[in-house]
Order: sequence, then structure tokens, then C-alpha cells
Amino acid sequence: MRKEVEERRFLGRSVRGAVNAAIAIVLTALSVSILFAIVGHIFVNGVGSLNADFFTQIPKPYGETGGGIAPAIAGTIVMLLVAGIIAVPVGIGTAIYITEFGQSRFAEIVRFAIELLAELPSIVVGVFVWALLVRNLTGYSGMAGACALAVIMIPIIARSVEEILKLVPDGLRESALALGTPKWKVVLFVVIPTVLPGILTGVMLSLARAAGETAPLLLTALGNSFFNLDLRRPMAAMPLQIFNYAVSPYDDWHRKAWASTLVLVAIVAILSGAVKFFVRRWKHESN
Amino acid sequence: MTVKNSISRRATKAADPSDRVFTALVGAASTLVVALLVGFILLLVLDSTDSIRRFGLGFLAGSKWNPVKTEINPIVFGALPYIFGTIVTSLIALILATPLALGSAIFVSEYAPSWLGKPVAFVIELLVAIPSVAYGVWGLFVLVPIMRNDVEPFLQATIGKIPILGALVAGPPFGQDLLTGGVVLAIMILPTILSLSREIIAQVPRLQKEGMLALGATKWEVLSKAVLPYARGGIVGASMLGLARAIGETMAVTMVIGNSSTRISPSILTPGYTIASAIANQFTEADSPVYFSAIVELGLVLLLVASVFNIGSRVLVGRIAKREGGADA
Amino acid sequence: MNPIRSLADIVRSPSAPEAAPAGTGRSIAIKSLSAYYGKHRALEDIDLDVLPGLITAIIGPSGCGKSTLIRCVNRMHEVIKGAYATGSVLLDGEDIYAPGASPVRIRRRIGMVFQKPNPFPTRTVYENVIAGLRLNFPRMPKADYDETVERSLRAAALWDEVKDKLHSSGSALSGGQQQRLCIARAIAIEPEVLLLDEPCSALDPTATLKIEELLYTLKAKYTIVLVTHNMQQAARASDMTAFMLADESHVGRLIEYGQTRDIFIEPKESRTEEYISGRLG
Repeated sequence: MRKEVEERRFLGRSVRGAVNAAIAIVLTALSVSILFAIVGHIFVNGVGSLNADFFTQIPKPYGETGGGIAPAIAGTIVMLLVAGIIAVPVGIGTAIYITEFGQSRFAEIVRFAIELLAELPSIVVGVFVWALLVRNLTGYSGMAGACALAVIMIPIIARSVEEILKLVPDGLRESALALGTPKWKVVLFVVIPTVLPGILTGVMLSLARAAGETAPLLLTALGNSFFNLDLRRPMAAMPLQIFNYAVSPYDDWHRKAWASTLVLVAIVAILSGAVKFFVRRWKHESN
Repeated sequence: MTVKNSISRRATKAADPSDRVFTALVGAASTLVVALLVGFILLLVLDSTDSIRRFGLGFLAGSKWNPVKTEINPIVFGALPYIFGTIVTSLIALILATPLALGSAIFVSEYAPSWLGKPVAFVIELLVAIPSVAYGVWGLFVLVPIMRNDVEPFLQATIGKIPILGALVAGPPFGQDLLTGGVVLAIMILPTILSLSREIIAQVPRLQKEGMLALGATKWEVLSKAVLPYARGGIVGASMLGLARAIGETMAVTMVIGNSSTRISPSILTPGYTIASAIANQFTEADSPVYFSAIVELGLVLLLVASVFNIGSRVLVGRIAKREGGADA
Repeated sequence: MNPIRSLADIVRSPSAPEAAPAGTGRSIAIKSLSAYYGKHRALEDIDLDVLPGLITAIIGPSGCGKSTLIRCVNRMHEVIKGAYATGSVLLDGEDIYAPGASPVRIRRRIGMVFQKPNPFPTRTVYENVIAGLRLNFPRMPKADYDETVERSLRAAALWDEVKDKLHSSGSALSGGQQQRLCIARAIAIEPEVLLLDEPCSALDPTATLKIEELLYTLKAKYTIVLVTHNMQQAARASDMTAFMLADESHVGRLIEYGQTRDIFIEPKESRTEEYISGRLG
């Protein structure tokens, strides 16, 4: 009797399993299609407005067609550069401290601080730099923007460099130290060179992320419709330009918003793609 | 796991002056990081004291946001509409994203062969690299019209007819409203929840799955009765992480949420604000010290709420790792 | 000290073991079984008749394929990606590797206890025992579940120890208790055969002996196959013993199979004798 019940139930159980598997497939397909839809829309809507002017000219005043986003591109590059100059040494230095001097209590605190910094919502980073620098020191400026981006980049660099340094076998350090090499030379000339590609990866990842950030720049660099490379004044940036174009009432600016988005996504993709490429090549070489 | 003790100890014995400089440099970098974090929090708290002292808990509970003093209305800042908007959009995002993320995680981890699963997961996780403003553009020009012209009228025609529930979708379908904000957020947090869920599911010990399998369970039963219960805490933690991200998200939400009404209504089709979008929209107007302080306090509130969920997520996800070690009785 | 003589002392019944009368089912006939992990062959051409109503031990050095063999009996081997088996395994004459055969149905009839106890940590002791029962009978009257829980826990010699903590977590028990819980869970659905893959290797000697005694009481109802790396355990606890060995290419083969007392006191193969006396493995 029980056997018969079990046989009947078996069919039901198999059906239920198949249905749930199908649901999982549908949900996955939906998720994948969303990605393709977004990327597709960005490409289709943006590609038409890309031309030489777009990359080299400054924006035209309200309502006029033509012009380009050169100031925004320049501003992004400048701020990323300055942010990098601040964030890369601090990030790598912190990572070195955590791994090579990791025993102390302070190192634990530093590690924890990096975790917390990494989780800060980017608008709050903007509020911080706004309250600290913009209100009293620098006003809305490219410098403040670069600082905000640096705050975002530091934990990303520190974390990824720390991960990489942890992978370096202790034996390498020990043999160098045993030869009497001072520790700083061991780190700079023995350990770091073996993981340089990985470090570059971390830096590029942080740049990719910073390139796309809008909220912190909103409260710091503010944006600029004119060409400005002076760090003491408001500076344009690609994400800011996109935002301004998109929320405006002009069709031409909407088209430019799409095109700028396409360029921004392409830049982020290239930077991130280069990351994956380097990671794979580095893994290959170390094997 | 850090570099061995012996190396660090040997290092501290080094008298080489260049070593001391080096240690000082990297120590300085680390100190800067800690100082940055501490200064961050201190500054936010300090600059909010003006507003905290003046409005107290009314900041969180009050709905009037009057930056300008008039004859009848004093200056008062009540952030409840923003808090409400943050809660509603984040909840909608969580409700929409979790099934998608979990379903995809299950498919990729347990059903798909690895030649299919890994690329699919990779593709979905690419969503995380898309900048927020790009989501905003797509949301504004593609999603909002769809919501306004198709989805929201449909919802009103169906759920809208049900008594009580109908209030959820009342009001003219603007397209730029809390619901659309929630949908955009859902897409943005989907990859976060997915990748963490995948890790959690992968950590479920084989012995648990085989134990259920050996009792004569189907593949789905192993999943639903052994894997998911074991991973339950971690999956909740993954959702919490997604929630924390949703709470802190600014640009995409700002561009689709309407930023025009501070009315707190049960309908998700009303335009509104989130804390983040309120900051983004108003900071340029902060001309008086108390207004400035109110904006900073908004930032502080946002930080606190997001941190609660970040910490909660870390705790829950950490428990899974601990349980694995604890099962060796 | 001659190891063989000491094992002879501990081999149990001096008389030949009595298999269950024919026709009561529960027999496993392994025919020409080969098992693979991807391209690597782990088992070659195993022929083994497991007699019903007896405890059959499978012994051999590490890597000889005994775990692989036992996992082929309830089709758990193929759960590993890329693993498969060829040949047949007949449960009461039905080939469980027949083309249309369902592993789910088979595992219902052939239960397994694993090397490390694996109670479900999110379930109580009570729920652990009926976990398998609930698959097919999700909504039985509570009294039926209660009865099954008590019966299975008693049969697993665990009832007295846990009857007051039926609703505490399954993983709150000691290692030996957890393993007996897993045995209770396996027999709650009343399989025909019970496979145990080194069930005592994670347990202390007292817990180990408890389980060996338990197996002796269980063989009346279930055919038992026991993989063990502990020769003394095989000598103490089993009626039949199969000895396996892997060759240089790590392919496992069945070297000798017979009554436990014969294997340990007068093995026919020299390799068996070498292993028993400790010179191998």
C-alpha cells in the first residue's frame, strides 16, 4: 500500500522538480535579458551621435545643436589623474602595511577601517568632502572632486593589493631577508615586482569605478559647461555631463546623454576588461 | 592569513635607517586611512549637531521641510518623506531582485553545466560595472515611458480594482515615481545578491547534499530541503547587502523617482524622494547654516542606516562559514 | 606476535553465517562493474554477490576503491561531475543501472551512512529522523511520525539518550550520537539494504563499538555492506569480507571474497595474506 502511494508521489515529485527548474531557468533568462536590453539600448541610442565634434568640442548653449563633451572628458581625465596620485600611494602603502606588518593591533584597525571605507555610500563621501573642503576651503572645485574620488579609490586599491600580496609565498620574503636585504628593499624590489600586474589590476579597477561615479562629484566638482582645467574651479566630468544632459528638456541633449553614456560605459568596460585580461595573463605566468 | 610572525619580527629588528623611513611611510599611509574614516564620521556628526539640537527626533519623524522662514511657517526640517521614500524603493527593489538573483544563483550553481553556468553568471554580474548614471539614463528614457504607458496602467487595471490593495497603485501614472525607482534599484542590486548567493550556495558542504540525496530525494528536493535551509542565513545576508547598496544609491534613483512630492501616501505610483536623492537635489540650496547642517544630518542618517545592513549582512554571512567548522562534533 | 592469530581470536561466529532464506529479497549482485572518474578508471570488472541478511565488509588499503565501489551500489558515484559506472548492479534481480532506472527510486531502497556524521543542522533530532519519510509523506498524522521516530531511534540504540531532546538541534549531539542519528534517519524509511562508508572513522572506540553492536542487531532486517579501513572491525563485525587492492595505475580490483573467518585465518590469495598480516597497505 505504501509502495503504491510512493509510486504516485514519485511522479508528482518529479514534476515539481521540473517546474522549479524551469522557473530557475526563466528567472536567469530574465536577468540576462535585462543586461542585454540595457547595453543594447545604450549602444543603439548612443552610437548615432558619436562623431569627431562630439569628442573635441565644448557644449553649445541651451537648445543649440552640435557641440561636444570635450570639457567633460578632459575633466574626468584630470580628476582621475589627481585622484590616482593621491589614492595609489596611500592604497598600496596601506596594503603593504597590513600584509607585511600585519601582526600589530593597529594593523587590525587599519584593515577594519578599509572595510568600512569601502562600504560608504558614494553620496555620503560627497557630503563629507562637501562639508570638509567645499564649504570652507576650496569651494566647488576639481580638487574637491578629485579628493572625493580618491576616498572612493583608496579602499578598492588597498583591498585588491592586500589580496595579491597575501598570495606571495613567504619563502620569497624569507630568502631575501636571509641574505641581509633590508626589509624595504625586499618589499619594493622582490615582492612587488612579482605582483605588479595584479597591482595594476587593482588600480585599473578603482579607476573604472571612479570614472563612473557621479554623486560625489555632484557635491564637489559641481560640473562646468566651459572648458576648465583649473583644479580650483568647478570642473566638468563625464558622469556629471550625462546627468545634466539627461534631465534637461532638450532632445539634442538627450541624444548627447545617450552618446556620453555609451562612451562612459565603453571606458569602464575597457578598464575592467583590461583587468580581467591582466588577471588571466598573470595567473598564466605564475603557473 | 598574514605574513608569518618570524618575518615581521625579523623586520622589527632591522636597524637600517632606510627601513625606518619605509615603515614610517607605509605607517603614515595607514594612519591617514584610519584618520580619514574617523574624521569622516566625526565631521558628519559635528556638522549635524546644529540640526540635531534644533529639530531632535522631529528630523526623523516630521514631514515638513521648510528651508525658508515665512510669516506663518518657521524653518523646520523633517526628513520623514525622504526616509519613507528610501524604505519604499529599497523594499520594492529587494522584493523584485531577490527572486531573480536567487533563481539565477540556483540555476547557475546547481542546474547548469559549468560551460553554461560560469559565462551566464559572468554576464549577469557585469551589471555591477555599469555606472549609476547610465542606469539613470536608461531608466529615464526607456523604463519610465514603459512604466507610464504600459506597466502602471496595467497595474491600475488589475490590482487597482481590488479593495484596500488598490490604494497601492492609486493616482495618475506619472512613470516617475517610487515604483520605477524601486525597479531601477532592483536591477542594480541584482548582481550583488547573485554573486554573494552563489558563493554561499557553493559553500554548502557536499555531505549535506549527499545525505539528502541518499534518502531518495530528487535534485530539487536536495536543493529546497538541504541546500537552501543550510544557506538560509547567508542568503538573507546577501539580500541585506543588496539592501544596503540600494539605500545608498543616488543617481539612477534621482533620475526616475520624480523628486517632486513630499506627500507620504500608500500609493507606490507617487513621485517622491529618497534620502540620497534629496541630498543630491538640495545641496546647492543650502545657504543657511541650519540648512547646511540638515543636509549633513541627512548624510549621517543615510550612513547609519546603510551601515546597519552592511554589518547585519557581514554577521549573517560569517555565520555560514562558522557553522561549517562547528559541525565537527 | 602473529597478527593473523590475533585476528583469528576476534573473528566472531565459528560456524558459517546463515544468509537469509532465498526469496526475501535484499540481495545485491554486482556484475562486471567498472567505475570511472572522467577518463580515469577507478574500478575494473568487479563481480560480487552480497548475500541478504548478512554483514559484508569491504576492506583494503587507502585508494583501493572501496568507497567508490560502495557508492556505485546506490548510484551516488555518478553524483560527482564526470563520474560514471558501467556494468550492472542487481537489487533483487533488477539492474539499478538499467537504462530507464531512476537513481531516486534506488536510493530510497538502498540507504547510506557516511564517513562523517551529517545530520541536517537546521533540523531537530525529530525532524532529522523523518526527513526521508517526509519526502514521500509530507503530511502524515503526527502520531505516525512519532511512532516512526521512536521505532527508528530505538533500532539505532539512540532512543534513551535523546528521547528528552527530540526537539533540540540535530548537531547538538556528540559524534557517536550523530552517527547513530544518521543511521536512524536511514532506516526510518525502511530500505532493503544499508551501506555504511567507514562509519566509525570519525568516532572514538566506545562509540565505534556501540555502532558495531548496533549493526549486528540491524542485519536481521537489512542487508548491510560496510566499508572499513580497520581490519579488526571487519573481523569483529562482519560475516563476509571482500578484499580490494589497487594496481600501479590506481585501478581497483576485487582480490578475494569469502567468509570473514576464512579471509582472516586462511586467505587464499597471497596479497590478501600480506595485507592481513600488515605487510601491505
